[in-house]
Amino acid sequence: MASELRDTIPTFGESGEGGDEVDLTNWSALTSSNLASSWRDIGLIALVAVIVIGLAEFAVKAFNIKPYILPAPSAIGRTLVTRFPDLFWPHMKITLMELGIGFVIGAAIGLVLAAVVTQFPLVEKIITPYILLLVTTPMIALVPLLILRFGFNSIPRIIAVALAVGPMVMINSSTGFRRTDLAKIALAKSYGASTLQIFTKIRFPLALPMIIVGLMVGAIFGMLTAVGAEMVGGKNGLGNQLMYWSSMVKMENFYAIILLLALMGVSIYIFFYWFGKKYASWQA
Amino acid sequence: MSPLMTVERATKHYKTQTGSVHALENLNLEIEKGEFICILGPSGCGKSTLLWAMSGLHELTSGQVVLNGTPVTSPRPEIGMIFQEANLLPWRNLEQNILFPFEIKKIDPAPAQPRIKRLLEEVGLAGFENKFPRELSGGMQQRASIVRCLSYDPEVILMDEPFGALDAFTRDEMNLLIQRLWMETGKTIIFVTHNVSEAIFLADRVVVLTPRPGRLAHIFPVDLPRPRTIEMTFEPDFIRSVIEIKRTIETGVYTPQAAD
Repeated sequence: MASELRDTIPTFGESGEGGDEVDLTNWSALTSSNLASSWRDIGLIALVAVIVIGLAEFAVKAFNIKPYILPAPSAIGRTLVTRFPDLFWPHMKITLMELGIGFVIGAAIGLVLAAVVTQFPLVEKIITPYILLLVTTPMIALVPLLILRFGFNSIPRIIAVALAVGPMVMINSSTGFRRTDLAKIALAKSYGASTLQIFTKIRFPLALPMIIVGLMVGAIFGMLTAVGAEMVGGKNGLGNQLMYWSSMVKMENFYAIILLLALMGVSIYIFFYWFGKKYASWQA
Repeated sequence: MSPLMTVERATKHYKTQTGSVHALENLNLEIEKGEFICILGPSGCGKSTLLWAMSGLHELTSGQVVLNGTPVTSPRPEIGMIFQEANLLPWRNLEQNILFPFEIKKIDPAPAQPRIKRLLEEVGLAGFENKFPRELSGGMQQRASIVRCLSYDPEVILMDEPFGALDAFTRDEMNLLIQRLWMETGKTIIFVTHNVSEAIFLADRVVVLTPRPGRLAHIFPVDLPRPRTIEMTFEPDFIRSVIEIKRTIETGVYTPQAAD
């Protein structure tokens, strides 16, 4: 019924299909790609994956590729499954913990700053260059400095993650909070809404799609930063293990970790995609 | 008996990026309880400015709006506003949109539920409570916004070109609906439009404003019997009124027509 209505009835004031804006701060291109939608699609996707992996397996064997360049996919898969509990999980736990804590701190600060700063255009203009600086500087570059101050533990990495997440969340959320729909604010005011009510009932929901995009991009950047920071220094975490196993030329372990990281990244994406569908689906 | 609402010497200047706009000049108006008033004028004549000042959302530069004996300085619970286009919140479904005023006013919607249900049936939206605005046509959205406004039972309803974005057929339908709701509820309605026949069809009195700055050009009483039908808009009397009012809008002054 719903889709029927949408097909036959023109909508007002909305861009049609494929009218998503794509620009540097928007990132809506990330959210607009479709995940698998029907069983037939899922079957097809699985089939292609099987063919690709099968071809890789075949190529490794047929061309006699050395295991230290590319181990067979089956060997990587076996290593991942059998060694996950003892070899990989303890390090993955640490990476996840760093990412989780850093993300929560960074996202909270970024979100609050965005909500406050967009209320004061002058303040926003003054601090935007610094935020841009933080967004564009790789936070991994700060890790050696942080290690000097905090030592070879998780704290420098958590700080680096927070520094990577915060500005990313802030810059996207600000775009959302700047979307002031005066007619909707007037509507709330006509019922006597307070400033707080206008924020919670109008401005925040209006900004939510962009906030979710910010959280998604922030989480992915946070993961890159966590792994990168572990590669720079420290005794544990998946990034550290990547360095370790490649120096030992144990490439099954190395590729298994790469696979784990890819899975983490995709999970982050899928989680926020689902979150966006659930809470911001009004914005097609 | 004193009028329900009065506009006294309303004057409004406001600043834009290109300079100052003189929107209203010394406008006086008296509105009786239960009246249907249409405010009509060319675009940019300040009719929306006047309505927003009456709602308490905008301030006047000088003069005042008085409702029930007290000046309107901020939005009042006795006033309900219906906006251009439906102005529904796209992240809420129909029911949540209709309950939005209760949420803001922090009043329990339970006593109003039977009334809301009846209104939804009346405007033909029963069964659509879980739909989101994007799933509804423009006419359905505007009907939902009418239910939202009537749900908390305001005494005065201000309508700011509510059907301007709708096609002619939907507009006729909406005009019939508004007339019926007005006759049933006895509300006082002040309705801004730039459509002359819409104004005559709906109003007890049509208030015509001059081009900017908006002054009162003339007030035309409309004594067509109620309920009015769309067919009546094709009758010679109706068309004569349309021409008379159009001429007033063009010239800014009312000159009574000799019968020709």
